[in-house]
Amino acid sequence: MNEMTKLTIKDFETDQEVRWCPGCGDYAVLKAVQRTLPELGTRPENIVFVSGIGCSSRFPYYVETYGFHTIHGRAPAVATGLKLANPELDVWIITGDGDALSIGGNHTMHLLRRNLDCQILLFNNEIYGLTKGQYSPTSRVGTRSPSTPFGSVDRPASPCGFALGSGARFVARGIDTHKKLPEVLKAAHAHRGSSFVEIYQNCIVYNDDVFSGFTDKANAAANQIWLVHGAPMLFDGGTKGMTLDHAALRLRVVDVADGDWAAAGVIVHDQTNKGLAQMLIELMPEEGFPVALGVIFDHPRPTFERAVVAQNAEASQGKLPDLQKLVSKGQTWQVDKEPHAL
Amino acid sequence: MASAVHDVSLEEAGSHPVPESIVVRFAGDSGDGMQLTGGQFTLSTALAGNDLATFPDFPAEIRAPQGTLFGVSAFQINFGSTAIETAGDAPDVLVAMNPAALKTNVGSLKVGGLIIADAGEFGARNLAKAGYAQSPLEDGSLARWQLLSFDISALTMEAVKPFGLGNKEALRCKNMWTLGLALWMFDRDRAPLIQWLHDKFAKAPVLADANVAALNAGHAYGETAELGGAIRQHHVAPAPVAPGLYRTVTGAESISLGLVAGTQLAGLKMFFGGYPITPASAILHHLSRLKEYGVTTFQAEDEIAAIASAIGASYAGSLGVTSSSGPGIALKGEAIGLAIMTELPLVIVNSQRGGPSTGLPTKTEQSDLYQAVYGRNGDAPMPVIAARSPADAFDCAIEAVRIATQYMTPVMLLTDGYIANAAEPWKVPDMAGYAPFPVQFQEDVPEGGFKPYARDDKLKRPWVKPGTPGLMHRIGGIEKQVDTGHINYEAANHQAMTDIRQAKVAGIADSIPDQDVCMGEAGGRLALVGWGSTFGPIHQAVRRMRARGHDVSHIHIRHIWPLPRNLGALLRGYDQVIVPEMNTGQLKTVLRDQFLVDARPLNKVSGQPFRIDEIEAAIEEALE
Ligand code: SF4
Repeated sequence: MNEMTKLTIKDFETDQEVRWCPGCGDYAVLKAVQRTLPELGTRPENIVFVSGIGCSSRFPYYVETYGFHTIHGRAPAVATGLKLANPELDVWIITGDGDALSIGGNHTMHLLRRNLDCQILLFNNEIYGLTKGQYSPTSRVGTRSPSTPFGSVDRPASPCGFALGSGARFVARGIDTHKKLPEVLKAAHAHRGSSFVEIYQNCIVYNDDVFSGFTDKANAAANQIWLVHGAPMLFDGGTKGMTLDHAALRLRVVDVADGDWAAAGVIVHDQTNKGLAQMLIELMPEEGFPVALGVIFDHPRPTFERAVVAQNAEASQGKLPDLQKLVSKGQTWQVDKEPHAL
Repeated sequence: MASAVHDVSLEEAGSHPVPESIVVRFAGDSGDGMQLTGGQFTLSTALAGNDLATFPDFPAEIRAPQGTLFGVSAFQINFGSTAIETAGDAPDVLVAMNPAALKTNVGSLKVGGLIIADAGEFGARNLAKAGYAQSPLEDGSLARWQLLSFDISALTMEAVKPFGLGNKEALRCKNMWTLGLALWMFDRDRAPLIQWLHDKFAKAPVLADANVAALNAGHAYGETAELGGAIRQHHVAPAPVAPGLYRTVTGAESISLGLVAGTQLAGLKMFFGGYPITPASAILHHLSRLKEYGVTTFQAEDEIAAIASAIGASYAGSLGVTSSSGPGIALKGEAIGLAIMTELPLVIVNSQRGGPSTGLPTKTEQSDLYQAVYGRNGDAPMPVIAARSPADAFDCAIEAVRIATQYMTPVMLLTDGYIANAAEPWKVPDMAGYAPFPVQFQEDVPEGGFKPYARDDKLKRPWVKPGTPGLMHRIGGIEKQVDTGHINYEAANHQAMTDIRQAKVAGIADSIPDQDVCMGEAGGRLALVGWGSTFGPIHQAVRRMRARGHDVSHIHIRHIWPLPRNLGALLRGYDQVIVPEMNTGQLKTVLRDQFLVDARPLNKVSGQPFRIDEIEAAIEEALE
């Protein structure tokens, strides 16, 4: 491939047979990624997909780039070394709710606080698929599974809440089969720093339709709000919007008549506002709110690997590597006499 | 130590029938600066041309309650005019800065040895904390030894009075006063130390001046005070060593330097992922200052991230290195398996300490050999190298880098708390004498297409940096198909890949030297087979016994896995084989398993190194 050839989706497909269950949401995400990659302008050899363990973590085998299928929960740590060793690489982390928030929660937190430049796609299916259906750290209370036959009793973690709390500077949400997913991926890629994307992914075998309350065609319009920076927060065909209840300091749904959103008090999305992001990620259909989707928060900060590279360069300034000098450092003494000359 | 400085033959050893060597132990409260005192005394000893070995022995607590028995910190140095290989068995001189230091250390002092005690610290409270009903300085209980006690605290206060320090700061200078006295006793030059104090306290000249004054006062005290017969000035002649440039080095330093040298010889950059743990942290500290050598250091969020990031860096084309101690190595186990499966180069340094679990963080032990050789799930072979001394660790680190990069495999380098912290003179190596072993990354698509798990004649797979056009591929922890590296669960393929991984690591034996006998003959009545930091006491014990005419040899193994090809035949040439180890018999088991030899254990797990006489006794018993 020379620089002039335009890359296509075909260029990012491998010869490996894709082995997810038929109907799994992972297929749709794979397609969305393969469709997005040609538009990013990065050569395939400069892209690395790093994953942990779980159904979604098979992902790297199916993308014609470099790829590393690591061990459970550790993808962020492997990616950190990879990116520090070669900051020019375009690094994508593929993970799931168990991988990123249970066994690898510590690494996810530290990756986000350090702000390593990479994309993290967290496939949230609220279940352990690969190990055959146990409840996960994002499963709702009452989830019946082989390990919780009477329903789970512990409260779920919020992936985006975790990310924001860990210091993430880019937090977005998408849905596996939604046509806007590539747009979200592009925005994540454009952001310099750790870009955290939670993707609602349907596990057709162990947790089918867990998101249908807001993903089914019939429910989508009324239960999804797609955020656009600088645009009013409207949903349900523009008939509803979000306003800020100043007294209660929280978001509220208002009706919009004749498209006059300003009159209804609908606010404009500001993706650099962390307080607003915090309120948006907590909106839940069960409480009468739409699910916030798209780019919720995007406010770049200097990245970890750039800071490391800069400090390495600064500390090395004016010093030439000289092994002989290095081993001769410290207080030395010369012995001139021949051995046994005492 | 003999390994690095000189090898004195038996005849030479015999020609100095009374080897002039002295063992001094400085002991005090952990806040008294004993490690610093010992370190500086070591330096001036080295500068005086004596051979030496040291043993820092400090408590696990950072700031243990003052005056308590468990808060005692000690530093032992053995120096002399002949080869010194151990920190010495029983001290000749004990400097005790308080009652607790006296109580915990006096038992090991030679009968007739000298105690120097700070009488100013032997008040009722400190005596009670150490469990003394009355002052041992006055009740005659120390009659077996020579006792010299005076109020070092008061003398120090007096010496630093002109500098207007607070009480606490003034008393901090006590260690320099004591050091001054020690320098006088052993006829040492004060100048380098005074220079060092001025450098150390460059930002606080008053403190520098006060410490120098304390040092000079201690020295003058020795010179002028009428100390009676107990204390006199000794002059220990310089040891005969090969000419050249020398410096002192601790194991943590020499491993860091060796890793840097190794990566430079391989033509690579180094990525070091570490997580703080005693006694391994010093390597992270050293390397973090060597950025101009292409070193990136990363303090990770945990032990697992430390190794996982190193693996990521190796995948990117740097040499990934990680280091820890037993408990941390346990956490890294799964990731080591990943490096074995993906066949990426990696160096893992284990500074062993007493175990299991948290065990004895500041005490030394060699009990992670099983963990190094066997401690992973699955059939997961990995080369293991063990350093015998601080100076030897330099070459071992280079060797670990060579094997990792030439065979695409993780390598474990074993050291221990003793090697990491102890200092010894080191003849500065001539770096021109080290042959480079540059890494060849695969950059072109070979004929017939690229196969990430194709093998060369050493069974090494190619190393490809992401970013290389045309060679994109995927690796991971799932079993690989032979050659293609695709996921493969087939029975025959797993058998084939397991065999290949095994054969690759076993084949490393072709690139390592035959096992030598470091003292004695290749065959005979008895061989003592050691590994790691037991080198010094074993070597000295064998030397002494041979000088008395016994047929005993010393074999010390660097390559723990794979073992040298000739080792089995070599061991079978002895009537008896004894394996002294600071564990319950781990190398012994491996040797028995590999060679069906009747290797017998000699074990010690007290957190202290072997004493020479303990090993002598075992030799005596075996040869009776
Ligand atoms: S178990 Fe669920 S998540 Fe896993 S591949 Fe099957 S459908 Fe997809």
